[in-house]
Amino acid sequence: MSISTAPRRPWINPKALVMIAYIVFLLLPIYWLINMSLKTNEEIISVFTIWPRHLTFANYKTILTDPAWYMGYVNSMIYVVQNVVISLAVALPAAYAFSRYRFMGDKHLFFWLLSNRMAPPAVFALPFFQLYSSIGLFDTHIAVALAHTLFNVPLAVWILEGFMRGVPKEIDETAYIDGYAFPRFFVRIFMPLIASGIGVAAFFCFMFSWVELLLSRTLTSIDAKPITAVMTRTVSASGMDWGVLAAAGVLTIVPGALVIYFVRNYIAKGFALGRV
Amino acid sequence: MTLVLQDISKTVAGQTHIHNTDLTLQKGTMNVLLGATLSGKTSLMRLMAGLDKPTTGKIFWNDADVTGMRVQDRHVAMVYQQFINYPAMSVYDNIASPLRLQGKSKDEIDMAVRKTAVLMKLTPHLDAKPLALSGGQQQRCALARALVKDAGLVLLDEPLANLDYKLREELREEIPRYFEASGAIFVYATTEPEEALLLGGNTVTLYEGRITQFGKTPEVYRRPCDRITAQVFSDPPMNFMAVQKAGSRLNFEDGQSAPAPDGLADGHYTAGFRPHHLEIHRRHKTEMEFKCRLMVSEITGSETYLHVEHKDERWIVQAGGVHDVRSGDALSVFLDPAHVYLFDGDGALAAPAGFGRGA
Repeated sequence: MSISTAPRRPWINPKALVMIAYIVFLLLPIYWLINMSLKTNEEIISVFTIWPRHLTFANYKTILTDPAWYMGYVNSMIYVVQNVVISLAVALPAAYAFSRYRFMGDKHLFFWLLSNRMAPPAVFALPFFQLYSSIGLFDTHIAVALAHTLFNVPLAVWILEGFMRGVPKEIDETAYIDGYAFPRFFVRIFMPLIASGIGVAAFFCFMFSWVELLLSRTLTSIDAKPITAVMTRTVSASGMDWGVLAAAGVLTIVPGALVIYFVRNYIAKGFALGRV
Repeated sequence: MTLVLQDISKTVAGQTHIHNTDLTLQKGTMNVLLGATLSGKTSLMRLMAGLDKPTTGKIFWNDADVTGMRVQDRHVAMVYQQFINYPAMSVYDNIASPLRLQGKSKDEIDMAVRKTAVLMKLTPHLDAKPLALSGGQQQRCALARALVKDAGLVLLDEPLANLDYKLREELREEIPRYFEASGAIFVYATTEPEEALLLGGNTVTLYEGRITQFGKTPEVYRRPCDRITAQVFSDPPMNFMAVQKAGSRLNFEDGQSAPAPDGLADGHYTAGFRPHHLEIHRRHKTEMEFKCRLMVSEITGSETYLHVEHKDERWIVQAGGVHDVRSGDALSVFLDPAHVYLFDGDGALAAPAGFGRGA
């Protein structure tokens, strides 16, 4: 018997319909942002259009040619990269110590690290501002990078410790017996084993630093002004420059989207802090 | 080359893992550390390797004190029960890594790696990553790394315990052959008496962090110095029964008796006999009969383990062939007095079984 008597399928699966609706709602704001970025200001304000009537790239051109705009991206990139490098350089040895050694108060210290993240960044805006101003770090990239490590180092330690715990201690010992000194063992043998953990930790550091607004705006004025701060301060004499703002928004999403794309396979493990 | 442990002990967080121990291992010998789990085999090995520092005592390698020396400078090799390789490197790089650290030339390394790979049957897998290999091949890779190093002291910590039994038998035969030529001191930890007998050499029996006996493997098996050693070196464990020596007779329970060995003082003793010396059919007239009750029977292929109860003691009878008996049945077991060890009140060996017969 063949299965020719199977009921005819409806032309569209109702489950798919729900999914499509969900995705539409999710993507609507992003679509609208892109839509706006390709319109002129008159069109944005005066009429309701689903897609641009007068397609224009002038908004993007403004951003990519005006230093006041594109330096925002450059500044953001500089302190984000600095922050990721510092956070990982500090967190890797710390996480190794937590995963391999028992010492007095290790569990409390470990928890205390995470509790650092319970305070809102606003709490630290004032002390950082005053401290950096008095030691001449105000409006530098490293100032923002250092401020962000306060939140990123604990997170990176937690993530990396989880990954490191998954590596049997016998590998360390075998390496020592084979003659590896600690630094060489750490770089040549240990780090490749937790490469995905390092990637995930770097991703979380990147994300926090990239989207954080309050500290980066407070600690900078001109030279290290990040893109998020530039965006919130763009109100000209003729009112809001809607199209340019929208284009800036689109360009701000891009780096995050790219990074997510590259680490998408490890994110789940990262969210579980490596304890999967 | 000798390894001397002088009055070594190890205490961790108030718990004694190794009690004061003296041990001397000679060049080119296979030394089996035999003991149950938690008897201190791994602790002792880690002290030998230098991974842990002894709480008291000194360790000498070729008469030089190496007690506090870094493990990197100790020229030891170690293989763990888990298959430990460097997952990020290929099998070739795994084997080559100790040589690279010794600063050997590229050709020298290549030659040594390929030679070892042939020996360990890893040649087709040299480019693979260790985790892509089977368990047996992974352990071979670990063994190859230990072998290629040409260390003076090779420590094998239950290297075959995680392998299935076919592979285990194969590697158990191969391991001593691979390392024989190197002339190194071998230390091989195992929980199985059978493995110790197969490997030969010397045996160190361990019990609760103490060395109970050290000697040639057959010697330790035939003349265990005390009750505990006899128990450790017997699988299934040795059976025991109280006996009394009076005059020229040795009185067992159930009204059985046998001629007593010469030169033994009158008094109470514990008789020990191995499970495979208990028979369930009478073979000789001299055999003593004990009335027991069967508790459990386990059939393991060609043999049957009968767990029987005799008065308050539980014994295990290792009977050849498959026996169909029901739990709760009354059962007579027979024992030739020639197979009986006698231990005194402190557990020390008072009289061994007739030479070769107690084994």
